[in-house]
Amino acid sequence: MELSETLPLLLGLAWLLPLASFVLIVFFGPRMGRGGYYAAYLATAAIMASFALSVVALAGWLAAHPLTAAAHGAHAAAASAAVSGDWYSLGEFGPLRITIGYYIDSLTLAMFCMVTLVASCIHVYSFGYMHGELSDVIDTLAPLANGQPVRRRGRFCRFFQYLSLFCFSMLGLVVAGNVAMVFVFWELVGICSYLLIGFWHERKSASNAANKAFIVNRVGDFGMIIGLMVLWTGMGTFSFGDYQTVNAKGDTVTKPGIFSQVRPGPNHRLQVPNGMVKMAARREIEKIAAHAPTINGDLPLRRASAAMMTWAAVKKWRAQGYGYGLLVVAGLGIFCGCVGKSAQFPLHVWLPDAMEGPTPVSALIHAATMVAAGVYLVGRFYPVFTPEVLLVIACVGCITLFLAATIALTATDIKRVLAYSTVSQLGFMMLALGLGGWLAGMFHLLTHAFFKSLLFLCSGSVIHSCGTNEMPRMGGLRKKMPYTATTMLIGCLAIAGAGLPGTVVGLSGFFSKDYIVAQDLSFWGANPRLGGPLYCAALIGAGMTAFYMFRLWYMTFAGQPRDEAVHHHAHESPRGMTVPLMILALLAVVAAWNVPGTNFGIEPLLTQAQPAGTAEGLAHGRMWPNVTVPAEHLSHSPAIHARAEWAAFGTALLGFLLATVLYGLRKWDPEDVRRTFAPLHRFLVHKWWFDELYALVFVRPVLRLSGWVAILDKQGLDWLADNSARAVAAVARLDDWIDRIFVDAPVNLTARWTYAFALRLRVLQTGNIRQYVLWLAAGAVALFVLMSLYWNYAVAGI
Amino acid sequence: MNLLAQPVGLPHYLVVSAILFVCGVVCMATKRNMLGVLMGIELVLNGANLNFVAFGSPMLRAGPSDGLGLDGQLIALFVIVLAAAEAAVALAIALNFYHTHATVDVDRGEELKG
Repeated sequence: MELSETLPLLLGLAWLLPLASFVLIVFFGPRMGRGGYYAAYLATAAIMASFALSVVALAGWLAAHPLTAAAHGAHAAAASAAVSGDWYSLGEFGPLRITIGYYIDSLTLAMFCMVTLVASCIHVYSFGYMHGELSDVIDTLAPLANGQPVRRRGRFCRFFQYLSLFCFSMLGLVVAGNVAMVFVFWELVGICSYLLIGFWHERKSASNAANKAFIVNRVGDFGMIIGLMVLWTGMGTFSFGDYQTVNAKGDTVTKPGIFSQVRPGPNHRLQVPNGMVKMAARREIEKIAAHAPTINGDLPLRRASAAMMTWAAVKKWRAQGYGYGLLVVAGLGIFCGCVGKSAQFPLHVWLPDAMEGPTPVSALIHAATMVAAGVYLVGRFYPVFTPEVLLVIACVGCITLFLAATIALTATDIKRVLAYSTVSQLGFMMLALGLGGWLAGMFHLLTHAFFKSLLFLCSGSVIHSCGTNEMPRMGGLRKKMPYTATTMLIGCLAIAGAGLPGTVVGLSGFFSKDYIVAQDLSFWGANPRLGGPLYCAALIGAGMTAFYMFRLWYMTFAGQPRDEAVHHHAHESPRGMTVPLMILALLAVVAAWNVPGTNFGIEPLLTQAQPAGTAEGLAHGRMWPNVTVPAEHLSHSPAIHARAEWAAFGTALLGFLLATVLYGLRKWDPEDVRRTFAPLHRFLVHKWWFDELYALVFVRPVLRLSGWVAILDKQGLDWLADNSARAVAAVARLDDWIDRIFVDAPVNLTARWTYAFALRLRVLQTGNIRQYVLWLAAGAVALFVLMSLYWNYAVAGI
Repeated sequence: MNLLAQPVGLPHYLVVSAILFVCGVVCMATKRNMLGVLMGIELVLNGANLNFVAFGSPMLRAGPSDGLGLDGQLIALFVIVLAAAEAAVALAIALNFYHTHATVDVDRGEELKG
């Protein structure tokens, strides 16, 4: 079979297996063993099978598209080898096609393998982590009104049911072949996130966090819908790749998808698509239509000539900048959705609160996959972005990474540190993408998925054994939990970007972060005024990353126990939980390496998927002509790369040393530092007052407004409704009375009379035949007597 | 007018039929035996039939008639057939009555009286 047939089959199966698992667990979950124990096996088997299918698909892809040694920029202009098409067409409404399609390139495959692999590890881990849900649960964190803790049934199978649904949604998002489908699955992962954050919904904080995550994401999705509308009206299609359709004459024609319209061959330069130009220039088109030449008022001819003149003018209009703004709006709209999903500034506030969910969920959804979906979508839509949009992406990413890193410095909840670290790393990815580093951003996305899920699972292991999230109550757990401590140390080293500059020795984070910093440096070279702050912020962010990660590790595992009860209670997690940690730790180390002796690795794989024409950089945007987005391969030049490597290494080392001095060796007391910078500390502990600001600006006014509306509703509308109901009841009572008196009474009276009369008459029915005969005879005689008396010629009419 | 002094004409037939009819009615009114009642019915029917035949007879008619003049005979035949059918049904009822009541006394069949 052709690759274009096998790939959709394999990935489609890998995509639908978790859905099958979800459906089965929905219907039969509680009956699968005690407390639904075997539901976990089903879900795990499904996702592992998906992983196997993804790997097979990847192998098939590599057989057809062998990886070349990192050939930066060499095939940048080549059209991508993506396999795209439709599985199923839901409907065609005029030019609008709604289909379930696929767009498979090596990025899709890499994401599939990453998602299924991480999800498999997390499924296995959840066996141990969620075992408390197998029996009835007494949740002390969710007090009832009378102060008693909530007692409820265990939700073991429900957890795996949601996980399966999430895996299905996430894989659908990755494989989606058109933007409409992306949006559907985008919302599906959102609802999974909502369900899993609120998994312990008896807890007020959990249900609040779930609502917050959902509502904040709505804000982003609003922008995304605007972007989709612009794309649809401007290009007439949702499809990424070119697609085939049947035109009015019944012929099959190939129409360009979004990517081909924005970057047509052969050089794949960004250009405003014709549809958008015409949309922006509709006044001019009307003018042309009004003044088009005509012969004897021949309308079709006139229309044809107008169309030809329009066609000829499109190029001129494009050069004049018509439609450029629409392209910018489309890009910003799509990015707006990504801001919500990837928790970027200013919508970053939901992610730390989302840590109310179970830790495996935090690892899977809120670290490795779903929040990365925003970055993935930016990567997918990369060909559409103009330099202005890219600059906005870079600035948002930069602000996010800096802001989140500073907040992580002071957080004491172990999961919140990791949550802010996730936000910060997502900011790094956005920064890289915005600066033209497509490969850097996507590379960091994949490596980050491994080490961040590792870190989260380690923190889950710690929480599971300590029963608390608060790091000040931990300490000295290294000896009690050797596996967790070691794997978490590897995770910390990976995220901090440990490695030897100038060599190829380093953990996965070392390589991906270097690419980002190098791209940043390259951007600074191209834009002397703009690049400086972005570069410095990224470097400081990298230093802070090292600091807060090692602060976390030291506070948790090193030093002396700070809380005897917690320390006494702590124990190493069972094998089922530590084995996934070890697998992920291994991946966190090697993810960025090529397989020795071959060209196979994540980086060459991603290089292959780089959208056509985007590797060359962008310049001369229409709104800010001075912004130059440098080509990505420039950042790999030894001069820039070495400088970036050393700078990143230096700041990370600085952060590491500072953490060691403060928290590892305790040479300085962190308390002193805190007192010295008390206002700053308070500022950071309160997360830059963002929650308070949003509460003041958005939440409280909305609540007050809804309070007023509620009063209006109760006093006005309800009063009206109540009284109209009362009036209707009164009228009905009147009707009832009239009915009884004037309608029912005569009818009843007639019936009563008839009845009484019949009672009288029934005595005649004696049952005596002779009597009847007598009556007959007498009647006949009487008739004759009457006739003889009154019947005469006059009466007969003769 | 003395009928006995007249030649036999229509009035004689009418008298006989009236006597027959009254006998039938009296028989129906007085008999307790169901078969007797049926016989009374036959008498009544035949009394009436005699009337039809008498009125229809061309010899007894005063003036000439238009048409064939067979109306009376036709209806008489019709009544005879009707009487036969009625007798069959009535006898079946009598038989069933006997089965349920072990008698043919009509006075015993008064279960449905008001």
